[in-house]
Amino acid sequence: MSLLSINGLSLSIAGAPILRDVSLSLASREVVAVTGESGSGKSMTALAVMQLLPARSEATGAITLDGHEMLELDEATLCTLRGDLAGMVFQEPMTALNPVQTIGAQVSETVRLHRPDLNPQSRAREVLDRVGLESIPLSRYPHELSGGQRQRVVIAIAIACGPKLLIADEPTTALDVTTQAQILTLLKRLAAEDGMGLLMITHDLAVVAEMADRIVVMRHGEVVEAGDTPALLADPQHPYTQALLAASNHRVDLPGGAEQAPLLRVQNVVRDYTLPRTKLFVPAGTHRAVDNVSFDIKRGERLGLVGESGCGKSTLTRAILGLEPVQDGSITLDGTPVTDPSVRRKMQVVFQDPYGSFNPRHQVARLITEPFHLLDSPPRDHDVRIESALTDVGLSPDDAQKYPHQFSGGQRQRLAIARALMIRPELVIFDEAVSALDVSVRAQILDLIAELCRQYDLTYLFISHDLSVVRTITDRVMVMQKGRIVEAGQTEAVFSDPQHPYTRQLIDAAPQLPLHETTRARSLP
Amino acid sequence: MLRYTLKRLLSLFISLAIASLLIFAVIEVAPGDPASFMLGINAQEDTLAALRVELGIDQPKWQRYLSWVGGMVQGDFGTSYQYRTPVAEMIADRLWVSLPLALYALTLSTIIAFPAGIYAASRRGKAGDVGVMGATQVGIAIPNFWFAMMLVLIFAINLRWFSAGGFAGWDKGVFAAMKSLTLPAIALALPQAAILARVMRSSLLDVLDEDFMRTARAKGLSRGAALRRHGLRNAMIPVLTILGLQFSFLLAGGIIIEQVFYLPGLGRLIFQSISARDLIVVESVTMLLVFAVITVNFLVDLAYAAVDPRLRART
Repeated sequence: MSLLSINGLSLSIAGAPILRDVSLSLASREVVAVTGESGSGKSMTALAVMQLLPARSEATGAITLDGHEMLELDEATLCTLRGDLAGMVFQEPMTALNPVQTIGAQVSETVRLHRPDLNPQSRAREVLDRVGLESIPLSRYPHELSGGQRQRVVIAIAIACGPKLLIADEPTTALDVTTQAQILTLLKRLAAEDGMGLLMITHDLAVVAEMADRIVVMRHGEVVEAGDTPALLADPQHPYTQALLAASNHRVDLPGGAEQAPLLRVQNVVRDYTLPRTKLFVPAGTHRAVDNVSFDIKRGERLGLVGESGCGKSTLTRAILGLEPVQDGSITLDGTPVTDPSVRRKMQVVFQDPYGSFNPRHQVARLITEPFHLLDSPPRDHDVRIESALTDVGLSPDDAQKYPHQFSGGQRQRLAIARALMIRPELVIFDEAVSALDVSVRAQILDLIAELCRQYDLTYLFISHDLSVVRTITDRVMVMQKGRIVEAGQTEAVFSDPQHPYTRQLIDAAPQLPLHETTRARSLP
Repeated sequence: MLRYTLKRLLSLFISLAIASLLIFAVIEVAPGDPASFMLGINAQEDTLAALRVELGIDQPKWQRYLSWVGGMVQGDFGTSYQYRTPVAEMIADRLWVSLPLALYALTLSTIIAFPAGIYAASRRGKAGDVGVMGATQVGIAIPNFWFAMMLVLIFAINLRWFSAGGFAGWDKGVFAAMKSLTLPAIALALPQAAILARVMRSSLLDVLDEDFMRTARAKGLSRGAALRRHGLRNAMIPVLTILGLQFSFLLAGGIIIEQVFYLPGLGRLIFQSISARDLIVVESVTMLLVFAVITVNFLVDLAYAAVDPRLRART
């Protein structure tokens, strides 16, 4: 008999249908992954199991967890089951813990709630040791820990009472690749050791491929396909699964050819941050965020920059944009220092968050023509420019009169690209520009960038933590660690034969989909 | 924590120094000569000069500033121009009315506001929430002097439970003194409670949307337990800010209520002294209020750090 079985679950929130007839099952010791893009209902399925749905939700069907009919139980009984029979791990470790309580208090609280027979303190110590936090005292607060350590604390809370089911909702999405690999290994190990069933919710098929026994693919609140992992990946039946796989392995065709003349020169750049003083008469210490970095970008070249959070890539990016003072070295574009205002019009940037980077009260026409104020005299053919810019990025000229909220995330990223290209900059900086997008949308945006390269000979710096994306969209790549460029070279060469141990570590840690010929050639519907 | 406290203390002293300079300067430029005010318009020039020497206002400004500050540090606030009694004594008498009144009102306001705010937040969007929020609207909208007069009308004149005004004095016993402060305290507390309840509610609602509240629920805590154990403390920062501001206001801002109830409080003292150009009293009371405000802010800062470990770590 299965540990968890969901039968014909339908869910609506405030009348809007979210899930339709979802069925899946999970046995003890089994790892089942629910995958799909945003809005597919995968997280709601997980929350429905815990009965932690938002207000005004109505669920029909059946969820049976270890003999309990979860939809029929009252709140008091549910409280005794949550945390005891089923534990849950969430996506955002930075905010999933109470900032004003010590981690010891937060872990032992679960024990105190469900297992009065155990000593909460010693049990908390025990589970924290199990999740690999042997050296961290119980008296620490969440803000004193790294993202990966916090996620371990969240996992410790979830497993503290020895649940039969562990639900992990995008447990590694917010983490760096090497941390992600460690957390995935930990989850898998704990599930195996305790004989737990593990329900993994993730958008990343590559993560799933290495972990799950079975995969459930969801779209628009429905299960479109389910099956054993190897079979499903090798021979997906549903067109959506096929498209999803194709998008995850998406490769673009970049046109060739960079000139020899360097456009951007970064020479021996150093950026120090002053640390807060700790002693009155001792000079304040410094943190070197960028340490003696030098590189060139040639005209027409597409350069990638990869590295984990805190490696200094954002600081370097801001320095290139002239937004950050440097303590040593120089950054020049076409021979002019980037801090010179005349350089501003030659560089444009596309940011990660397509929601936060537009003023919600302005129309598209105004938003994408914002860079015009950098020019000495704004062009006369305003409307023509807007029209062609929107067409270039695959939107319609009619969209000029709309507001940002009328667009999806992918469309907004197209708008951001249109805005960046409006004044034909010589250098475009893509700062994690596709990281927040679903795989299918990401594939489309990557195609768009490649197409624009063909049309306008773009030169860009593409910053990302996602190795597979950088691999396909750049000619050359640099790997950054602790403020230094540890390896640089032709993208394909670096990826196929990494020289620096850190590069090897990054590439090994990145989850990969097994490549099957069947999924390669297909494109999105 | 020690570093944080020392840093806050340092900023407290700097604020006090700047405030004393400002107050002294403002009072100096204010028109009106206390000597001629005291002796009337028909006073002789030599009498005026003699009085100025007696009051010490013939000395250079910097010297007067230093002796004023030096005196205050030792508890000597000078002598009132008008009543010829030590200012320290006058302030002490009034403080024994205003300080208990402010604390009384603040306690009442907290006792009403916390449960009301928590209740409204836990019933978000439901009838209970709408009811409490409606009541707070009314509480903010009603002018407190009108409300004070209604209290007098009902509880003093009709029911005869309390006296309509005046202060019994602490020598009549704590109960009698507190009784005469009860109606004023209620009148002062109500609008403050209404504001505080709204802040409490909105602050809690923000916290309820946080991810860690979902973690708490996933542990098996009920909605109410999660709110009490994980929500409240995180929601306290804005509430503490408002509490600090309210205490500062209550200490002297109760002047209208003091008038309605004929209470000999600080507000009335400062008002009377301004009318009489009794500048030394004005200076001293203002400085005392500034001192109170800055001290309360200091205490609020300490309370922040006690509530939120991240603040302790940052400094």
